[in-house]
Amino acid sequence: MELVCPAGNLPMLKAAVDNGADAVYIGFRDDTNARHFAGLNFNDKQIAEGVKYAHDRRVKVFVAINTYAQPKGWERWTAAVDRAAGFGVDAIILADMGVLDYAAERHPNVNLHLSVQGSATNPAAIGFMQRHFGIKRVVVPRVLSLQQVAHLIRETTVPVEIFGFGSLCVMVEGRCLLSSYASGQSPNTFGACSPASHVEWRDTPQGQETRLGGVLLERRSHGEAAGYPTICKGRYQIDGELRHAIEEPTSLNTLDILPDILAAGVSAIKIEGRQRSTRYVTQVAKVWREAIDSCKRNPQAFRPKESWNQILAQVSEGAQTTIGPYERTWH
Amino acid sequence: MSALNTPAHRPRLSLGPILYLWPREQVLDFYAELLEAPVDVVYLGETICSKRRQLKPEDYWELAERVTAAGKQAVISTLALIESDGELKTLKRICADERFMIEAGDLAALDFLEGRPFVAGHSINLYNHRTLAFLAERGLKRWVMPVELGRATAAELLQRRPEGVECELFAFGRLPLAYSARCFTAYNRGLGKDNCEFCCGDYPDGVLVTTQEGQEFLSLNGIQTQSAGTHNLLASLDEVRALGVDLLRISPQSKHTADVVRTFADCLTGDLDPAEGTARLRDWAPSGLCDGYWTGESGYKVGMPA
Repeated sequence: MELVCPAGNLPMLKAAVDNGADAVYIGFRDDTNARHFAGLNFNDKQIAEGVKYAHDRRVKVFVAINTYAQPKGWERWTAAVDRAAGFGVDAIILADMGVLDYAAERHPNVNLHLSVQGSATNPAAIGFMQRHFGIKRVVVPRVLSLQQVAHLIRETTVPVEIFGFGSLCVMVEGRCLLSSYASGQSPNTFGACSPASHVEWRDTPQGQETRLGGVLLERRSHGEAAGYPTICKGRYQIDGELRHAIEEPTSLNTLDILPDILAAGVSAIKIEGRQRSTRYVTQVAKVWREAIDSCKRNPQAFRPKESWNQILAQVSEGAQTTIGPYERTWH
Repeated sequence: MSALNTPAHRPRLSLGPILYLWPREQVLDFYAELLEAPVDVVYLGETICSKRRQLKPEDYWELAERVTAAGKQAVISTLALIESDGELKTLKRICADERFMIEAGDLAALDFLEGRPFVAGHSINLYNHRTLAFLAERGLKRWVMPVELGRATAAELLQRRPEGVECELFAFGRLPLAYSARCFTAYNRGLGKDNCEFCCGDYPDGVLVTTQEGQEFLSLNGIQTQSAGTHNLLASLDEVRALGVDLLRISPQSKHTADVVRTFADCLTGDLDPAEGTARLRDWAPSGLCDGYWTGESGYKVGMPA
């Protein structure tokens, strides 16, 4: 099972490689990827250096081009595919059927992965993508229980990658428009959920308010911890009560179920967080490398070390972590 | 310019699938009423939750026969999110029936429908001309634009669409914004999806979610999150006609759906001014109207007409 770590810039890439990643995933500096944040991502010089650094140490590099192209700007996506192929990366992670069609036709020898944003959650959907675009891996959305993941793996010949740690998307990825409903920009159209340019933080006599596109997502008392505001983690009135109507401000941590993930036949486990820091990827890669190695040696005896969970808790967004949809009771 | 771009071009009206859990009798009464209304296409089927079985595929087929007998086109809609084996088997069974056109909700349906005529629903991510061409080669006859795309992209796609492929816009209703593994209706009642007690049946237009300053923001419908605001394209009718859009979808709500259909129809025939029609619609929208997606803004806003 491969450990796939995020890199939003060259220092992060090097940290991921040095601390145990089997593969790193990166993006270009535009809206062709789902972490289109100011100051983040790679230019050509940095990609060339990153690929060399990783390949010299036998670590793979994947490039995410996983947003949805519209007719206006279409060439940005095809150019991104051509560039990624030109750098000799180990795979390109795509979501859009049109872009997949282009990549499969133009670069038949490049490995294509179906991004989590591609929204394939069952063997028929994955089979369709495999038949037409020859995908070599699928990253499955966070909607399946681990039992369903295990079943899916038996039903498809495409290797399956799952998210193991980081921010938790509550909705099926690739088909969540909440962000654009409030801000006009979504992961699909712009490459960001809750784009920072549309987020406001305001201190008021009633408390600290966070808004997206003018919509009040949260109002909390002064001093209460605040995560990055997304609509799905906001607090609203519903049926006469004030609560987190969609999900608490939690993040994903699957360390506790690692032996089951391994037993399910998962091919790769992905760490979320290209927008996070070098320190984040250093800590998380180190813990997960050690955990995976220990679990492989003796899955029956595996128990997450207290020190691992402490380190992960320090870098988690929000106070709580969850196994999320992998556990049926979450659904 | 093609004939489509003359003011005489008149999009047809479609009735989207019922997105909520209504009692069987209410569903049958609804269609009895709507079969008399001036819609040309009727989409039928469960698209949200496989646990809802108050109508089975057989019931929808029977309704589809009645739709056809009424001189309208019946289309069978399918689940937007397929996770389980059982859901996949039901989908396969529905797609194996070739009497009616089928609307794909999940990518899985494309696998089963390839090679025969089909409709791609708004939950299939069709954002560009290359995807359109790719699916047209596999049997696509009509697509419903993803709801977050506006007039600029609609114009480009309509100009570049393959021969014989129709474009449908989600023109009236609470917007389908997201799908999840979690049933939010059950979650907010302290229940899990597996023991949901079909509590979504208590909310015929979804559960309203209001911000802490009283803005009606979202509506939770089982695993689906919708907008609270009702998306409305009637105010942009002239523009929609000029683009050559083929169909306008009206999404069922528990009250006044037939009135909404007649208002759209009257505006299309020229018997009613779209501005006046929009004023009427405002009274029937549970949390007000919006159309920001169409004008390229935040979806919840009311955009500026072109």
